[in-house]
This record gives sequence, C-alpha cells and structure tokens, in this order.
Amino acid sequence: MQNHPVYTDNDPQTAPSTLNLGPTHPATHGVFQNVLQLDGERIISGVSTIGYIHRAFEKIAEHRPFYQITPLTDRLNYCSSPINNMGWHMTVEKLLGIETPKRVDYLRVIVMELARISDHIICNGVLGVDTGAFTGFLYMMEHREAIYEIYEEVCGSRLTTNIGRIGGFERNFNAIAFNKLRAFLKNFPPVLREFESLFNRNRIFVDRTKGVAEVTPEEALSYSWSGPLLRATGVDYDVRAMNPYSSYEDFDFEVPVGEKGDVYARFLVRNEEMWQSLRIIEQALVKLEKEPTDIFHADVPEFYLPPKEEVYNNMEALIYHFKIVMGEIDTPNTEVYHSVEGANGELGFYLVNDGGRSPYRLHFRRPSFINYQMYAPMSRGMLLSDAIINMSSLNVIAGELDA
Amino acid sequence: MGKITNEELLATISGKFGDKVTVAGEPYGLLTLETGRDSIIEILDFLKNDTVLQFIFLTDITAIHYPEQKDKEIGVIYHLHSLVNNVRLRLKVFLADGDVHIPTATTVWHGANWMERETYDFFGVIFDGHPDLRRILNVDDMTAFPMRREFPLEDPNRVDKKDYFFGR
Repeated sequence: MQNHPVYTDNDPQTAPSTLNLGPTHPATHGVFQNVLQLDGERIISGVSTIGYIHRAFEKIAEHRPFYQITPLTDRLNYCSSPINNMGWHMTVEKLLGIETPKRVDYLRVIVMELARISDHIICNGVLGVDTGAFTGFLYMMEHREAIYEIYEEVCGSRLTTNIGRIGGFERNFNAIAFNKLRAFLKNFPPVLREFESLFNRNRIFVDRTKGVAEVTPEEALSYSWSGPLLRATGVDYDVRAMNPYSSYEDFDFEVPVGEKGDVYARFLVRNEEMWQSLRIIEQALVKLEKEPTDIFHADVPEFYLPPKEEVYNNMEALIYHFKIVMGEIDTPNTEVYHSVEGANGELGFYLVNDGGRSPYRLHFRRPSFINYQMYAPMSRGMLLSDAIINMSSLNVIAGELDA
Repeated sequence: MGKITNEELLATISGKFGDKVTVAGEPYGLLTLETGRDSIIEILDFLKNDTVLQFIFLTDITAIHYPEQKDKEIGVIYHLHSLVNNVRLRLKVFLADGDVHIPTATTVWHGANWMERETYDFFGVIFDGHPDLRRILNVDDMTAFPMRREFPLEDPNRVDKKDYFFGR
C-alpha cells in the first residue's frame, strides 16, 4: 500500500477529487455508499456509509412471537434466505430443547446447501461481470433459477422463502421437489466445470484478481472476518465443521482454504465450496433413503404450528394452534447463542428470552456487516477498478449489512 | 467439543483476575462471566493473548437494556471464540443508566469498531477511546437510542393502526 501524497494547493489538476461510490451505484450491488478521496485513479482514503435500508429488525423482533420472526430473517441475506430461516429455527429449537429427527436435519442440510450454492453463483458470477465477463454469470444464473424452483416446491416462494417451521418443515418434500433436485445435481456440475474453465486460468481474469486486496490471516481475524473471506486467507474456520448443527457431523466434506486472501483466492474458495455443497447434497439424498419418508417435523405440538386442515378438524390441533398463536406456552427464561455457516460467514443469533412469547432481545451477528468494515481501510492505496472487484468479492448484501 | 472445558477456563480466568469476574451462569454450555468496566479490556486482552486460551476471534459485541435493574440498566455483551480450542465465552458488563461509559475494545480487535458503533447507535453506550464513535445505521441527527425499552416501536400518535379499526 502506498503512502498518501501531500497536496499543497487546491489546484484541480493536482488536488484530490471526491467520488461518491453509491448509494445507488451499479457496482455496489446494493444500497450503501463509499465517499472516496481519489488521486487520479488511486484511492487515498474512503469512508463507508451504511444504513440506507435499515429496517429495525431487532426492534420489531421484540414485538413478534418466535414463529413470526422467520420472515424477518429472510430479508437479511436475501440471496440465501433459507440459511437464515434455518438458523433462526435452530436457535429457537436450542432454546426450547427440541430434538429434530434425522430426516428433518438432512432435508434442512439439502436446503441450506442449495442456498449456499445459489449465493455463491451470484457472487462469483457478478465478480465475472465486474471484471468484464458476462457469459459466466448468464450461464450460472439459469441454475439459480433451478434452485429457486426447488424452493418453490418446498415452500411456495422463491426469494424471501420463509421456509420451514420451528421443529421442522411446514409440509413434506413432494416428488417434484426431489425430481427437480436430481435434475439440478445432474445439470449443474457440467456448467460449474465450464464456468471454472472459463475463469480459473483466464489470463485477463487472473491478472485482474490475483494479488488484488490481499489480506493476511492476522488482519482477517482481527477484523472478525468469517466465511469464505476468512478461509481464503488460509484459516479453516467453518461453523459446519467446528460446531456442527443439523447433523453436519454425519457428512463427509472438506473445508477449502485459500492462500493469499486475495480476490482470486476468494473466487476459488467459493467455487470449491459449491463442489463441496453438491457433495453434501448427494450424501444427504443417500441418507434420506434410510429414513422414514413421512417424517418432516419434530413431535412438539406445543411449538410446531399444525397444518390448517388439522386445525379445523382436530380438537387437539385447534388447541395447540390457539396456544401458539396467542402465546400461552411458557418458554425458558434464559439466553442462547447459536450460529450457522451462512454463505458469507458466521451468522449468529443471540436470543435473550424472558419466558414470554417474543424475545426480550434478539441480536443478529451479520457476517456482511462485520466483514464490510474492513473495506474502507483496505481500499487505501488501491486502484478504483480494483476496489470495485474487491467489493464484489466481499459479497456484501445490503439486507444483511443493515438488518 | 472444545479442548478446554468450561471448568478449566473458569479456573484460569479466576486464577488471574480473582474476584473481578463472577460467574453469571452457563446457559446451553456457554460459560457466561460478569465483570466491571475497569477490568474488561484487561480481561479481553489476556484472553486474546494467552498462549493457552487464545480467544483470537471476537464474535460479537452488543448490548441489552433492563430498565428495572437499578444501576445495572445497560449490559454490554461480548462473545468470544477460541478457534484453536473451539470454546466460546460470553462476557457481560453492566453499566448504570446515565453513566454508560466503557473503554473501547478496538485496542484489542480492529473488528470491534463497527460493533461498538452499532451498540452506541442503538443503546447510547459510549466507548471511551473509540476512534470514530458515530451512528452507523440510524440517521446522524437522531437523538434517541432506539433499542432501549422505552423507545416505542411505532409512533404512538399514529391513528391508522388503532384496534377499533379492526373491530378489536
């Protein structure tokens, strides 16, 4: 990194210029702003301004029953909302001491890994777009659509999924969902391979990304980086491996790490993670064959919202429905921290409960928010065009940034 | 599971700091300690740099507001993670409303910067020595600290959501 040049006058030829990168710049892929001081094309300093789509989720959550907080978590990282949903369900289940059946765990793993793939498709595809290669993005995008169609079969919605319930899923996976999943597992790997061959040894792409925004493991840890960004620097911290949840300990997968922590390493790590996710999904499908096919939620009527047809036809279900909706069921008066490996890193939920129907306090540890604070300091001395691709490789999602 | 048990962890910390730390519980296996603002940075620094414990990863900083707890209204909560030993730790510091000063942890981790700004933004906790303590998510000219309990979720004067419109 270069030292700041010293300016002695206000001559526009030599004085630094100010550039507002954002809040609605196409390269930011979201609503947030960086005010940059530029010397020609080189960044002297930058100030990040965030909060443009702050929606006070933590405050709203204090007024909502547990099951109504799931749609709020959708809108954190909306490129991989199922991971947020599942993370929230598992936090509540940990609080309430609910044990989920293995089949639920495996179904959740499938959905979460699909979400990870869809998130990485966006990030790596967009990284290609920002370096001038649109083709890869377009070809990969078709398969994000395939993933969204699987979500549709499972929960009925695509982007903000609200998938699952506390205790399991709201309905079983149907045959179409499994067929679409198998089709995806068949169609996607050749495209991903092609995508890799398009980029990994592409001279232009490698020149643009290799050695750009290098981060040492010490810096990354000091800034509390997590997820693919931290792993690209060589630290093998993955919540799935370190603190397994949802039966991840049953699966055989590798945690890919990079070497230099530059944009290129992050790209490679994300690509490799997609391969690992595919591997996990395939294993999950095999494991599912040994599980009874009709179980899709835990047997916890006090907390699992019953299906509507049962509410209308079954007295017990009606009672539990009433109790859940009216918040008549006691919950433990304690606090819990649970984290899952989101697509961008450790997504944590810190839930303080006072025994009522809604949390006393809920805090989201949002990986984008924590990862992004290094952006302005690390941009210092960087070329503007490098800063742009650095931003897309950080995969900052405005929803997760602002909560 | 972690390589260090909570008992060993607690023994090390209380061996070093004595009665400056008290145990606040162990909910769901996560050791929770309480300490005062005078010793918090010393403890964080020790936890990070101790060659055995190595709590190198600052997971989170946040706060909580208990209006009924006299002189302990605002709690600042730190979550630490020792990646080497795979053990987590929660530290709490309670502050009296009206004197919400606590030293900054940015001297220990760079990453504490925005976490503390967020905590200041929502709870008004002033982190002494913080390099850039400004609001981060809310607008700069806001005067209230919205995550405190007395702050209403919605404008209490608005009438379009009154219950009688909905037959309640």
